[in-house]
Amino acid sequence: MATVDLDDVRKRFGSTEVIHGVSTAIEDGEFIVIVGPSGCGKSTLLRMVAGLESVSQGEIRIDGKRVNEVEPMDRDIAMVFQNYALYPHMSVRQNMGYGLKIAGLPKNAIEEKVQDAARLLQLDQLLDRRPKQLSGGQRQRVAMGRAIVREPSVFLFDEPLSNLDAKLRVQMRVEIKELQAKLGITSLYVTHDQVEAMTMADRMIVMNAGIAEQIGSPLDVYERPDTLFAAQFIGSPSMNILPATLASNSLRIGSIELGKRGLPDGTVHLGIRPEHVVIASDGPLSLTVHLAEPLGANTLLHGKLDESGETFTAAISGVYRVNGPGETIRLAVDDAHVHLFDSDTGRRIV
Amino acid sequence: MAIAADAQRVRKEPAPGMVEKRGRNLWLTHALMILGVLVVFFPIWLAFVASTVTQQEIARAPMPLLPGDRFFENYARALFAGVNVPVATMLLNSLVMAVGIAVGKIVISLLSAFAIVYFRFPGRSVFFWLIFLTLMLPVEVRIVPTFEVVAGFGMLNSYSGLIFPLIASATATFLFRQFFLTVPDELAEAARVDGARPMRFFIDILLPMSRTNIAALFVILFIYGWNQYLWPLLITTDPEMNTIVMGIKQMFPSGDDVADWPVIMATSILAMIPPVIVVISMQKLFIRGLVDSEK
Ligand SMILES: Nc1ncnc2c1ncn2[C@@H]1O[C@H](COP(=O)(O)OP(=O)(O)O)[C@@H](O)[C@H]1O
Ligand SMILES: [Mg+2]
Repeated sequence: MATVDLDDVRKRFGSTEVIHGVSTAIEDGEFIVIVGPSGCGKSTLLRMVAGLESVSQGEIRIDGKRVNEVEPMDRDIAMVFQNYALYPHMSVRQNMGYGLKIAGLPKNAIEEKVQDAARLLQLDQLLDRRPKQLSGGQRQRVAMGRAIVREPSVFLFDEPLSNLDAKLRVQMRVEIKELQAKLGITSLYVTHDQVEAMTMADRMIVMNAGIAEQIGSPLDVYERPDTLFAAQFIGSPSMNILPATLASNSLRIGSIELGKRGLPDGTVHLGIRPEHVVIASDGPLSLTVHLAEPLGANTLLHGKLDESGETFTAAISGVYRVNGPGETIRLAVDDAHVHLFDSDTGRRIV
Repeated sequence: MAIAADAQRVRKEPAPGMVEKRGRNLWLTHALMILGVLVVFFPIWLAFVASTVTQQEIARAPMPLLPGDRFFENYARALFAGVNVPVATMLLNSLVMAVGIAVGKIVISLLSAFAIVYFRFPGRSVFFWLIFLTLMLPVEVRIVPTFEVVAGFGMLNSYSGLIFPLIASATATFLFRQFFLTVPDELAEAARVDGARPMRFFIDILLPMSRTNIAALFVILFIYGWNQYLWPLLITTDPEMNTIVMGIKQMFPSGDDVADWPVIMATSILAMIPPVIVVISMQKLFIRGLVDSEK
């Protein structure tokens, strides 16, 4: 059990800085998901917490103690790697017990802990197999088991599910989350998949190009994204962004007035999630539908707005039958769900 | 069922090479291969026959082609009396030298490959290329200075003199480096998180993963060591330290004396046995080490 504090953590490889100062305080037992596109620095950040990368600047504290200079093994962490990193020549039992063996635990104590972890992960029948003889999901479990037996105070996961097929991923997602809740161990989980982030996180860190764009609970980020990036990255299909203007207190897209705002004049980015529009014959927006995707519970209509030519996606609840491509429908916008972002900085305006 | 389907496929579209192979060509190929084996095997057979007959029988034309009745006498004479020194002594010397070279080369190149791949130290690539350069300097090229050094250390006529100068191996270092580079970084990191210090990682993880490569190299290097000729010839003046491969040459008399052919031939046959045993006993690992990279 431990807290993890990041204090203006930066990472430079040579002269290029790839993490530009991330700060956050993670509470004991929290499940934190670091989410962002590939190459944004998620793994680097996690590896700094693990002690596999040095910290160029700033401080990392585990349970209040500075660990910048501490070796990984002495940080009381366990890590699950993307490709599992199981030792190929060792049996499942040896893989799980290796850390304890190095720590110098007596044989019977190791065996007991390995057995416990194996039961928890339903690996009891597989203890004598080699990693080669296991399926992807089973290897994933062994990697988890190896982390669990050490009873660390922090779990670190680097995209642990990205090598599994879609169905198994959903199943393992639930298992990991349940296990973490049961054990109550503080966890940092890296993924590029916003669905994983939304479903697993107590709080998530949305990262972009080495910057933590927003830190908050999934629903907070979803409902009140701080930045244009967070708005577009979280949510599927992603938020529609349209250029808009504010003039004499009215918000306009082109010549269409969308509502009143007590804000200074200027150009802004207007964001509206696909599910926050409804079909209405007197709606202000007119959408020419190019493609309809019926999902059953709702229907996605992809097309272009007639006024500005911007691409736009609408999610209409229930089944909607389109009368051939090129059909034009009118949409009304739910004013309470309109997000405005500064067109220069991309930051949320109030 | 499957066979029937296969047969049908063959009948429908016979692959061009396949039909021919079934017929006369198959026999022709086999006949050629058997002939090749016989050609290679014939001198060895002659040596074996010569080692089981008397000196007179060898000298009399035509040479006998079937083994005689002197097998035990000749081999016993070779092993325990020899010409200059008992062959048993030479076999032991060769064995010590070949095993010493093979084990030494493997240990040193494993360690240097480990250093080059896993540690970031100043001059890392310089060291690698220096090692690599020595590929261009086989024993024969550096034999004079090496002799100077070995003589200076008083290592003539000793096992260390036979072994140490031949122990550095760029080839093996390079092979292990290539293998280590294919081992995922994540494995080293996992071991680090598990608390393994570098040497522990080397012994617990890297060594067991390299075992097929080690076996393959052992076979190759054992034979390399066993077959050394020039170097032992140069530094062993005492017959007690002769190795078998060079020792055979020493068995030929220098003057007008008649060569003791049965004993020389028995020695040749004896010289072949250890490498054959090594190859056969490590064949499975050897082949695996060469063909698959079990990770
Ligand atoms: N060892 C390294 N040396 C130089 N640059 C690196 C190194 N590791 C990562 N980077 C760079 O840091 C950035 C972030 O990488 P990474 O943390 O792996 O991204 P992510 O895990 O989010 O996909 C990338 O631009 C990558 O090229
Ligand atoms: Mg990554």
